[in-house]
Amino acid sequence: MIEVLSGGALNLVQDLGRSGCMAMGVSRSGAMDAPALMIANWLVGNQENAAGLEVNIFPFRFKAERELLVSCTGAHCPLSVDGYPVPSWTCLEIRPGQQVVVERPRLGVRAYLAFSGGVDAPVQLGSRATDLKAGFGGHEGRGLNRGDRLQLLPPSLTLTGRAILPIERVQLAEAMRCQQVTVRAIAAAQADDFSSTSLDAFYSTPYEVTPQSNRVGYRLQGQSLQTLRPIELLSHGIAPGTVQVPPAGQPIVQLAEANTCGGYPKIATVLDCDLWRLAQAGVGCSIHFKPVTVAEGIEALAQHRAALANIQRYLGVSPTA
Amino acid sequence: MRDINIIETPAAELVFSPSGCGAMLVESCQSVFSPSVQRKFFSLARALEADQQISELVLGVNNLLVMFDPLVSSPSAIEQLIQSLWLYPDALPSTPRVMEIPVSYGGEAGEDLSMLAEHAGFSIDQWIECHSNATYEVACVGSMPGFAYLTGLPAELAKPRRASPRAQLAKGTVIIGGAQAGVMPCTAPSGWHAIGRTDVDLFDIQRQQPCLLLPGDQVRFLVREVAS
Repeated sequence: MIEVLSGGALNLVQDLGRSGCMAMGVSRSGAMDAPALMIANWLVGNQENAAGLEVNIFPFRFKAERELLVSCTGAHCPLSVDGYPVPSWTCLEIRPGQQVVVERPRLGVRAYLAFSGGVDAPVQLGSRATDLKAGFGGHEGRGLNRGDRLQLLPPSLTLTGRAILPIERVQLAEAMRCQQVTVRAIAAAQADDFSSTSLDAFYSTPYEVTPQSNRVGYRLQGQSLQTLRPIELLSHGIAPGTVQVPPAGQPIVQLAEANTCGGYPKIATVLDCDLWRLAQAGVGCSIHFKPVTVAEGIEALAQHRAALANIQRYLGVSPTA
Repeated sequence: MRDINIIETPAAELVFSPSGCGAMLVESCQSVFSPSVQRKFFSLARALEADQQISELVLGVNNLLVMFDPLVSSPSAIEQLIQSLWLYPDALPSTPRVMEIPVSYGGEAGEDLSMLAEHAGFSIDQWIECHSNATYEVACVGSMPGFAYLTGLPAELAKPRRASPRAQLAKGTVIIGGAQAGVMPCTAPSGWHAIGRTDVDLFDIQRQQPCLLLPGDQVRFLVREVAS
């Protein structure tokens, strides 16, 4: 069991999200930076889909009430145990009564905490992820408050004791130091309805992350994007990563808690395997969209999965049956 | 009782567009809503539900978003599968479920009712009679958990959405927006007009099927009371 010692209604119990529920109007939800949660879980000997915490509000403090393994990944945050600095992206042994503090990130936006065994939240619609919109899943369907106590599932006996910092993270950190993040995107249904000036602008000029950006979506600000004529669309399903352009001309990237249906024109879809980069881009960061074909997108996904499989092997976790 | 005979529907052509590399949006080439095309999409969605290659299906209004793992099934294979199912659709049940939703019209929860009646040139009672006499059909479920887009709103009652959405509309609020009707399944922002409230829970995670209304269901609103 752990006890939360700090407030912050946007600190959430998350796993890798729901699958197969969009037909009910239920969003995918889950960790915005999914690979960070997967690696955090592997570091403490969990399966990748165990529930951990997505920390969006800092500093975040908790106290261990039993002996446990903890790892912290995602954003680069100073981390301490009883006041002593400790490294992230590794497996920490925490004793009962010890306090862990995750400080405000130096780089990135969201940190992930995994605990040996994983958070024991009820499985609802196949997942432990918090759905803030409908108020279910996670811890009582809401963000964590000071004084909340989270039960943990029994830990597995494999102790990895290893540390890792994937090369993609180092590269993203370098890009973020310059406030520049590049994501790859595939042309979507209305791409050809945009003026060529708009398409050029979308792929060659930066779009800044505005404060109106959260787990639902990122509202970006940059050169205005206009369709050649007004477009009226019937409501349709939207996949996470969809870049919508409302009439005002500023793009919105739909993310983990996006509505499952929408009606605005879609210029592109960010590759699923690049959404974690977006998840770590904070307000003011410049987003660059790089056009790729469907075939290139599939190749990128294959490489992304292969890289994660390598990390999983290195950390000595057997793949999910 | 109405027989739905989808075989008679002319085979509208499909348009496929990628939504990333693991999803595609399948649309009918017509841009105006057609109830018969919608029924074909119902049956396409039902046929795909059983297919192991498909991870998510989101039925829209005359369209369907299909998600899959592109490292397992190629986009072209999924497209072929959909084309073949579209040509030879399953028959749908000819008697849809009829779901009844008791409504307390007007009052605080239905604060737009008098404005809507005035817009339609009706008295409030006439407006309510017209709304509660109509039979609606669930075109699709989405946007919010359990939210059903209802077609069948009498044309006289239609009114475009608010210029700026309300930041919050309470769970259970009965609403209309443009030519569609609905009920708020949870408290959320909405640009639709509020006409009353119901105690019926559209989405309950404890039920085996959390959504009360499913695509193809018929819906009737019953007058439980009219608040002054």
